[in-house]
Amino acid sequence: MSEILNCQGITKKFGNVIALCNLNLSIESGKIVGLLGPNGSGKTTLIKLINGLLQPDMGTITVCGFKPGVESKALVSYLPDNNYLSDSMTVKQVVELFEDFYEDFRSELAYSMLEKLGIDIQRKLKTLSKGNKEKVSLILVMSRNALLYVLDEPIAGVDPATRDYIISTIINNYNPQSSVIISTHLISDIEEVLDDVIFIKQGSLILHKSAEEIREENGMSVDALFREAFKW
Amino acid sequence: MIWKLNKEKPICPQIYELICVDIASDKLKPDQKLPSVREIAIQAGINPNTVQKAFEKLEVSGLVYSIRGTGWFIADNKDSANEIVRNLIQEKTVQYFEALKGFGMTDGEIKKYIEEWQ
Repeated sequence: MSEILNCQGITKKFGNVIALCNLNLSIESGKIVGLLGPNGSGKTTLIKLINGLLQPDMGTITVCGFKPGVESKALVSYLPDNNYLSDSMTVKQVVELFEDFYEDFRSELAYSMLEKLGIDIQRKLKTLSKGNKEKVSLILVMSRNALLYVLDEPIAGVDPATRDYIISTIINNYNPQSSVIISTHLISDIEEVLDDVIFIKQGSLILHKSAEEIREENGMSVDALFREAFKW
Repeated sequence: MIWKLNKEKPICPQIYELICVDIASDKLKPDQKLPSVREIAIQAGINPNTVQKAFEKLEVSGLVYSIRGTGWFIADNKDSANEIVRNLIQEKTVQYFEALKGFGMTDGEIKKYIEEWQ
């Protein structure tokens, strides 16, 4: 068991807006963690900080023992919530790009998952449906042998059967040395897969518990607790 | 195997109970190999750690044993499984009675209803 992520006193401001305020967080290896909170609560800001796309104003972040940078990025597999791949590339070209870019990329795994889903690798990304594009993105991210997978809204915007497939890909890829952070609104679909749950509200961490503890102590699902905690 | 799980209660005990029920009803036989933790996690759509904990609890209860490198197997201990299922039946019966009383039935009316049900 090792520490995959450590955030100490993280504060991030955008002008006068405080996106994250004195956030402390520690995530161990072998955990699937849900990062849950309403729009604008600071989830994506935190994710970008973990991936070195933003710098904190105060506090420190350690990812797999490193400050976010070249070394940590080699160990973190990130799925952003919007499509960043070049539409005019074919699926095969994107797989080859990942192969070139990432030492830990397992192309046989990627090809076998793509085949299983019936995705023609010669097709350009722009000809794929939204659901299939999401599947391709997820397959690429999960085909890396990373220590930390950060998935920003991996299941929103796809049909329920695709959601199930994405969830089983996450489970299937699970290993005790790595961890997965899933940021989502669709808590009900994903909660059974989560070890731990984090609630973020207006830039602050208001809860960090195991999903089973929540069910045990509150007699309700994580989804139900979320609705109570974030009631308007 | 179909996993019908209630998200409002801890999932680990539910996995534990479902396997007990299958042992008690002979769907799982002594020395039969259980699907792997990963397989069950995928089938049920749940976290592998949850399945692992359930297996460990079953081992403590003497209902399964593990062979390192091979997997988990059903132990020859139907008596324990039967006892656990008896407790579950008891719980369900209490819940059933409480539900019907909530509709305004008396104990006597409920018993009569059950007798006439078939």
